[in-house]
Formats: sequence, structure tokens, C-alpha cells
Amino acid sequence: MRDVAVVGFAQAPNVRSTPGTTNGVEMLVPIFAQVYKQTGLSKSDIGFWCSGSSDYLAGRAFSFISAIDAIGAFPPIHESHVEMDAAWALYEAWLKIRTGEVDTALVYGFGKSSAGQLRRVLALQLDPYTVAPLWPDSVSIAGLQARLGLDAGLWSEKDLAEVAARSRADATRNPHAQFSGASEIADLLDAPYVADPLRAHDIAPVTDGAAVIVLAAAGRAHEFAERPAVITGIEHRVDTPVLGARDLTRSPSTEAAGQAVGTGDVEIAELHAPFTHQELILRTALGLGDDVRVNPSGGALSGNPMFAAGLARIGEAATRILTGQASKVLAHATSGPALQQNLVAVLEA
Amino acid sequence: MSTPLSAPLDLAFDYTRSLGPVLGRFAAGLRERRIEGVRGSDGRVHVPPVEYDPVTAAALTEFVPVSDEGTVLSWSWIPEPLEGQPLATPFAWALVRLDGADTAMLHAVHVDSPAEMRTGMRVRVRWADEPAGHIRDIAYFLPVGADDGPSPAPPPKSEQSGVMVTPIQLHYQHSASPEESRYLRGLAEGKLIGQRCPKCEKVYIPPRGACPTDGVPTVDEVELPDTGIVTTFCIVNVPFLGQRIKPPYVAAYILLDGADIAFLHLVLGCGAADVRMGMRVKANWKPRDECWTSLENISHFEPTGEPDAPYESFAHHL
Repeated sequence: MRDVAVVGFAQAPNVRSTPGTTNGVEMLVPIFAQVYKQTGLSKSDIGFWCSGSSDYLAGRAFSFISAIDAIGAFPPIHESHVEMDAAWALYEAWLKIRTGEVDTALVYGFGKSSAGQLRRVLALQLDPYTVAPLWPDSVSIAGLQARLGLDAGLWSEKDLAEVAARSRADATRNPHAQFSGASEIADLLDAPYVADPLRAHDIAPVTDGAAVIVLAAAGRAHEFAERPAVITGIEHRVDTPVLGARDLTRSPSTEAAGQAVGTGDVEIAELHAPFTHQELILRTALGLGDDVRVNPSGGALSGNPMFAAGLARIGEAATRILTGQASKVLAHATSGPALQQNLVAVLEA
Repeated sequence: MSTPLSAPLDLAFDYTRSLGPVLGRFAAGLRERRIEGVRGSDGRVHVPPVEYDPVTAAALTEFVPVSDEGTVLSWSWIPEPLEGQPLATPFAWALVRLDGADTAMLHAVHVDSPAEMRTGMRVRVRWADEPAGHIRDIAYFLPVGADDGPSPAPPPKSEQSGVMVTPIQLHYQHSASPEESRYLRGLAEGKLIGQRCPKCEKVYIPPRGACPTDGVPTVDEVELPDTGIVTTFCIVNVPFLGQRIKPPYVAAYILLDGADIAFLHLVLGCGAADVRMGMRVKANWKPRDECWTSLENISHFEPTGEPDAPYESFAHHL
């Protein structure tokens, strides 16, 4: 089967809230225009369209249908949608190209997280019989995960603050970042707990945003990009949804996906970690050494648009190849509570 | 352009779920203030029970009673509880492994401050006063030895329904697009405002955030008359919850004169059997003082008595 490459990437500014419609379609129109310009493709050249978003963010059924207007879906298009981060939409599009059904695909993810109360809305992705009826919020669940590692001595609060400080510093070079700036570890550790043991810097901000990636069959990728980022491995795995039955300090699904794709020799890794301790879990699961540069974009801690942030990790990693800064990179995306579902991709020049 | 319209959107529904044999037995036990787990293929006891083994995927059927006391494996503090959570005062979320179980359950622990929480502490169930066969029959956990006032009376023996109802309430700030806002504000003034795609020049009502053919925002404003034709219709014969008109009645696609897209409305003022494709109709507006930013301002469309439009004139708008 033929290889697939990333040939274009764009993202909307990561912001705390936009004045746009609840389904966020306005964030898409400008970034579609950007990838058309980057690749020289037009709407009619795209073989397959796939998106990731959630009705629970918008508070209405089939909200993604409105976003299809942003495509200009007439004459009829070949389209699909996942109720997950759009990294999984990219996986679906990758399969379509790989099997020879189409040569090009446009993948997009979007979410207006600010329309509702995000950490409460996310309770509804939990087991509907024994967990969701208690409305445990996403930040509290991450707190339980963080404390397990603190108690086990796997990481300290200082380790977590260091992840936050590095992410914010890196984000100063990312024009789309929501949060950036220099910070002293001691100051971060002086800040009050938001959800003991987590402080504000440990938690990704609520973010509205969108991202788009254009894929092409490797044989045609040079028509659309000078230095395409070829996906040489992509795998996704899932852990049990029963939080109390998992060792939450590990991510077996990331580990299995990483082993399947092979993570050796990667120079840069973009990890989708919405909480500081999750970056440490992911680094261990993927066996990344200290020589691997993690999240030069600032990562999800500097902007976490729901359903687009995982796709944006793939886009950020691919950009390092498209622009000639690296020759082998890794991207990771997560979906679900406490790193339940994980996707790992390796891209090469 | 004026600020787009935005308004609170509150959603509520009762999430009604069938339980099946494993979760049904667990819920029935909770109603009687006892907790049962299920033994996995590897001998581990899962609490809450799981229907299928997480490792082998085998159906699990061996129930094991466990204690209502257990140990906190991890916890986090919620200083400002959110709507729907087990306690309205600050509390700890905890992973609690009940004695006799090998997995932990997520629930709330009722203490006054994080200083009273520690990993490894012993806690016990505080049962809800009114059992319902639901996970919330466990009201919360308390430190073992803590005083929780008078115990609820022992529950009566009851039949398990096999169904669990969880009320869901969500709150949003819903925002319309600038184009949609122009249209809705027009309705409040008794005007029908469409917009034209700058590329294909089609007129959309309601206007679109982006033209579905060209993917560009519609911009030029077009005020449309309140007359048009029926392009297609159906006769509603079925009564349903929330229905406002007694069946039979006609729901029809109305193509306003000058528009390129039809919208759904009612055709009244004639027998349902008399409605036809191509029939000329006119809006019947509610009194102006009842008008607001809604298409409800038009109560229905009714026949004008003019000759029908020829099929070819609307064949491309079906």
C-alpha cells in the first residue's frame, strides 16, 4: 500500500472565547483558505473530507453539519466525521488514501469550548452507569491521576512546574498560543491549588480553536509541498474506560501504539498532554530520551482547542519537516478521560 | 454590523438506560444497601462490576459481595463543587477500593478541608436516604468513625426495574452567526431578510454563514416578499408530544418569491387534501406586538387563490 504525507497545515488562533457561532464554523473558513494557498489545491481537488468535533460542546445534535457549509459542500462531497479529536479523523483519511480510494484528503477539527462549562460537559464522556451520574469533572479526574504519581514518587510538584514553565517559554515563539511567557519555578509552586494537587499551570486552558491538515498520497505529495512530511507509522490504541481498573500513572495504549510505529531516532515530539503530569506519563510510555525536543510549539498547555488540539500536534510536528527544521518527528494525540485513547504517528522527510 | 445575537441555551433530559443482568444486579443491590462486584477471569474482583472482562472480553457472571468500607487510593480536592456533583460543599473526589474488591470506584468523600484527606485513609459509604437503584444510592463516603447523624432507615425489599434514570442538565451560551442575526432581527420587525452569495448570486433565507456551493459567507442583504409557492409538502396525520395543531394538517416547503432555497412552514386555511405543489401562498403574520426574533411571527401560510406556478419554475428548488 502506498504512503501518505502531510502537505499542508493551518490553525485558528487559540483563544479563551470567540464571538462566533456555537458550532465554530467561522474559525474554519480562513484556515481552509490558508491550506488551499499553501498547497495550491482548491475545493474541487480534495478527494475526501473528514472532521472531528462534538455535539456536547455545541449543545445541539448534528452540529458538525453546519460546519460543512464552510467547505462549500455542493456539488456533493465525500465526507465523514468522528466524535473524537480530529487526529482520529486524520487516521480515517489516511486509510482512504492508503487503500487507493482517493489521492488527497482534507482533515479538520474544531470546537467552541467556551459555549458551555467544559470540565462539566466532559463528565458526559464517562461511563454512563456508574461514573457520569456523579458529574466528576475532567480537572478533578486529572488530579486523581496526578496524585497517584506524586504518592508513588514518579514525579514531584516541581517536575510538573518545570513542564509548565518550559511549555510557556516555548509558546512565546508560537503566534497561535493562548498562554505564553517566562515563569520562575518558585513562583509557580507558590500559586494556590485549583484542584489539589493541581495548580493553574498544570491545567490546559479552556480554548476555542480549529485546525486543518491536508494529506496526499506520497507519490503526488511533491505537487503540493516542496518537502512533504511522510507518515511512516501511525497507530492508535485504547485502554479500559474503567478508571479504577487502570494504573493511571501509565499509558499502556500509548506504549503499545509507540512500539507499533517505532519511536527511535525522532528529533522532535509533539505530545498532546492537557495536564503537566500527562506529558511525563507520555514521555515514559514512548521511551523518549532527554535528547528529544518535546513540544517546541508550547503544546496543549499553551492552548487546547477541544477536538483540534491532537490534530494540531500532528500539524506542528509535520511543520518541522515541511520547513526543513527536522527530518524525523513524532506526534501524539489523546481523546477521552485521563489519556484513555491514544494515537501515535511518526513522520519523516 | 451589529453584534450577533446570543442567548442562554439550557438543555435538560432524563438519560434513561436499560441496565442488563450485571449492572442491574449491582443497582438492585445498592437499593438494598449492599455492594456486589464481579470476579474477572484473572480472579480480580471488579467494583463497580464490569460486564465483560477487560483482558479476555469474556462475559462475567460470578458476583461477589464486598464491604461498604474501603481505602482511598488517590484523591483530588474540589473547592467549588459543580452542579450535579454529590456534595454542594467543598469535598474530595477519591478512588476508593472497597474491602474485598481489587479495583477502585470513583466517588466523593465528605470532609471539611483537604487537610483531612490522605492517601490510604479508611472511608465508608453514607447511603442516600431514598434508595432508587442507582449509583447515587451511595450519597458519598465518610472517614471511618466520622459522625454522620442518624442513619437512614433500612430500605424495604423492592423489585428492581432494570432501568436507571439520570437527569442531565447542561448550560450554554448559544451564538448565532452575523447573517442569522440579521435575519432574526428582521423577523422581529416583520421583515423577511435573505442574503445573496457574492459568487453564485443565490439568495438564501435564512442566510448562511457560508454558501454551501462556494464556501464563502453570504453578504448582500435582500428583503423578500411574504408570498411564494409550495414546492413540496406532507400531510401530518400522526399525533405527537408537543403538537400544537390537531391533525391532519400540512407541513410544506415554501419558496418565497425571489429566494433560491425553500424553508419549512405550515399551510393552513384550506383543506389538507387541497394543497398542491406549485400552489401560491402568503404569510399570515401574528399581531406585531407578539413578534420577536423568531419565525413563529408567521403563524402559517395560506393560499392566495392565484393560479399555480408551473412545475418548471420551481423544479430546481426541490
